[in-house]
Order: sequence, then C-alpha cells, then structure tokens
Amino acid sequence: MSANSNSQTERWIIFVVLFVAVALPLVFPLGLKTEVSDYTKMAWDLIETTPDSSVVIFSFDCDPSTMTELQPMAESMLYHAFSRNQKVIAMALWPQGVQMADMAFNTVKTSFPDKQYGIDYVNLGYKVSGIVAIQAMGQSMEEVNPTDIAGTKYSEIPMLKGIVTIKDIAYVNSLSSGVPGIKEWIMIARDTYKTPVTGGTTAVSAPGFFPYINSQKQLSGLLGGLKAASEYEMLIGRIGSATVKMDAQSTAHVLILLFIAIGNVKAYRAKKGSKK
Amino acid sequence: MTGFMSTLGLWMAVFFTFSIFSFLYKDNPLYKLSEQIFVGLSAAYWLVYTFFSMMMPNLIVKLSSDFKGNIILLIPATLGFMMLLRIFPKTQWFSRFPIAIMIGTSAGINMVRYTKSDLLSQVSATMINPFAAATTSAIIGNFLLIIGTICGVYFFYFSKKQEGMSAVPSKLGIWFLMISFGASFGYTVMARVSLLIGRLEFLLKDWLHIIK
Repeated sequence: MSANSNSQTERWIIFVVLFVAVALPLVFPLGLKTEVSDYTKMAWDLIETTPDSSVVIFSFDCDPSTMTELQPMAESMLYHAFSRNQKVIAMALWPQGVQMADMAFNTVKTSFPDKQYGIDYVNLGYKVSGIVAIQAMGQSMEEVNPTDIAGTKYSEIPMLKGIVTIKDIAYVNSLSSGVPGIKEWIMIARDTYKTPVTGGTTAVSAPGFFPYINSQKQLSGLLGGLKAASEYEMLIGRIGSATVKMDAQSTAHVLILLFIAIGNVKAYRAKKGSKK
Repeated sequence: MTGFMSTLGLWMAVFFTFSIFSFLYKDNPLYKLSEQIFVGLSAAYWLVYTFFSMMMPNLIVKLSSDFKGNIILLIPATLGFMMLLRIFPKTQWFSRFPIAIMIGTSAGINMVRYTKSDLLSQVSATMINPFAAATTSAIIGNFLLIIGTICGVYFFYFSKKQEGMSAVPSKLGIWFLMISFGASFGYTVMARVSLLIGRLEFLLKDWLHIIK
C-alpha cells in the first residue's frame, strides 16, 4: 500500500471515529458538568442588573450556518431578559438574522405566553451597511428603523415611545458571526455613545474579541461558542440544547487530543526510522 | 400541503447535508451542486431582502408619498444608479464617483473609529495598576497582560537587530504569540466540532427521530 493511500485511509478512519464519537453522546447523554467562566458571568451580570422595563437591543448579526452555536445563546439571553421584564428590540446586521430573531422569540415565548409583540418585544428587521446604520442610530433610531418587519411605523409601536437614539438603550447584545457584528457595536454603541455592549460569538472568532473585555469595559462579557452557551443555560437554570450538545463536544475534544498525541508519536517514530 | 412542503424541505436538507459530507470521501458533482445552490440561494435571498426591506421603505415609499419633502434622497438614488452602470463597459466610468465617495467615507469613518477602539482604548486598557486587582490570580493576570503586550509589540520592532539582551523581550513575545495562536486553534476546533454536532443533531433528531 502506498504512503498516499495509507494517509487517505487514516483520514477516513478519523472521520468515521469522530462521527461516532459525536453521535453517541447525542443519543446517550453523559451528563458531563461544565464550569461557568468569568466572561459568561459578566454578560449574565449585565442583563441581571439592568432595571425592569429597560429597552434593550438584541442584534442578530448572523445566519443559519452558525445556528448551532449562536441560537442557544440567543434563546438563553432572551429568556433572561424576558424574565427580568426587559423590553427587547431585535434587529439584524445580516439579512438572515431576521429569521433567526423570529425563531428565538417563538421558542422563548412558550415560557412567557403573556409577552406581547409591540409592547414587550419587536423585530425591526435587517439594517444595511453595518457601522453606518449604528452610527445613524446615534442620531435617530426612527430614521434608521422607519418600520418594523410587519410594516408598522416606528412611532406607532408602544414600547418604542421615548426611544429616540441609541443612548436610550440600556445595553446592546450582539449575536455575531462575522462582519458587520459585535465589533461595529463596540466601536459605535460603546466607544462613542457609552451604551454597554455584550454578546455572543462563534468559538472561532471569540479570541479576537477577548481583548475588548478590559478595564475600559469596551465589552461587558462575551459568550464564545457552545461551551459558553451551556454555561449561560446553567446560570439561568434552564437546560437547553447547548448543555445537551456539550457531551458530544467534550468527547470530540478528548478524541482530537488522542489523535494529536498518536500523530506526534507516529511522526517521532518516522523521524527516528529515517535517521537509521 | 403544508405537511408535504415541510417533509420535502426536510428531505432536501438531508440530501444537501449528505452531499456536503460526501466531500470527505472526495470532490464530486453532488458536493459541487450543493455548494453552488447554497451560494446562489444566499445571493438571491440577500438581493430580494435588501430590495424589499431597505429600498422600498427608505427610498421608494418615501419618494412616492412625499416627493418634495424627501427630494434629498435622489442623491443616493442617483449614486446607486451610477454604480449599476458598471454592468456596461461604455458607461463603466460613471461608477467611479459613487465608489470614490464610498471609499472616502469608509476611510474617514474607520480611521477615527479604529484609532479610538483598537488603539487608544486598547493602550489605555494596558495602563493599569496590576496590584489593584482583588485576587492573587487577577494580579498575576494583570502582570501577564502588561508583560505580554509590551513583549508582543516589541517582537514587531524591526529597526534594530535583536541580539543579546534586546532579544529577550522579543523571544518572550514569541512565546506569548504562540500561546495565543494555540488558544485560537483550540477555539477553532471547538467551532468546527460544533458545526458537526449541529448537523448530526439534525439528522438524528429531525430526520431519524432517534433523539428527542
């Protein structure tokens, strides 16, 4: 067997084993525990300490490709905001974020059947041009959001009475999977208008945003990936899809560590063999 | 009818999921078909959604309901139209004006914002009293932040050959950078595994009903 076909077979073995390692814990949950990190706790604190009836923004700056990671975060944070009686404005800097917002509202509303559209929450839809739209909301929210997704005028939505600019917003929560997203909210909403910003990102982009959680409070906590989503579920005492998926995530990580170790041993032996 | 459509949608999602997974075996027409349908659908969705959610309420409705009051909107509308003239080689030069305006405003906005958020605020965040933290681990963390930032930036100082004592902070900087790359790789693995979990959950839950 040639070295090439050997390497190809090894790849397929890795794929199959990884598939099985991820699938089995989904079918037979292991109930592994996860510890709450400081950054998740900071995001939770921001929502927890924001007064009742405050109007907040949930910006769905993502699309379905990152749904596995971001949707559990969105649902948990929305659940938390609703439980604190905060009024939620949903908007999206990505076109498909509008549907993600609707899905999150529909899921969370089953726990809060009394919440009414227009009074407790509203979906203002997609905003084109990212940073410019946020900048313009610093001058006038109504100008950027003339209507909600159903076509109702901004001035006719009860919960938006008194919300003139972004400064009237208690905090912004950006569920972000790229550009435009959480960075634009930090640069304009936080650094220019001093509105606190928190959010959740995919695990792959989380390390790039950790430096913004600093003494300048550019970011008030951050949820990075599925693990942080499960931490948040633990904090609000609502076991959701992230917690269930963490078993599969942990198993896959252990397996990948094993693969890396085996690969290193193999490389070491190959190097030793070539010297002889 | 709704039931039929949702079943059809489910089976299409299953088909496309397996088509994409088939790339793990090797590149094939099913993978290419799925990839191209995804790109085409996304572009079409974006185009239609932008037109009906942005152009309609912000331009067409406003101009049709109160033309005189919104006459200023003709300026961005004209610039937008000039951009579309790129399609034809003879009128391509019209698009230079809106592109110039876009580049100019983007550069202006970004220069100020990035300088404030990514330079000044980040530098200020490093100018801290490391002993002000409440716990020992936080104090150690503060020291690591300060030393890591200084050494990391020093690594990119190329105006003097780094040898002897002056190479020490640079080597420390490499260590900090390597650790940060390792952490980023770990997060990347987590993200990729999450995507796989999402797809397998769909197959096992929505399609096969093995899990609830």
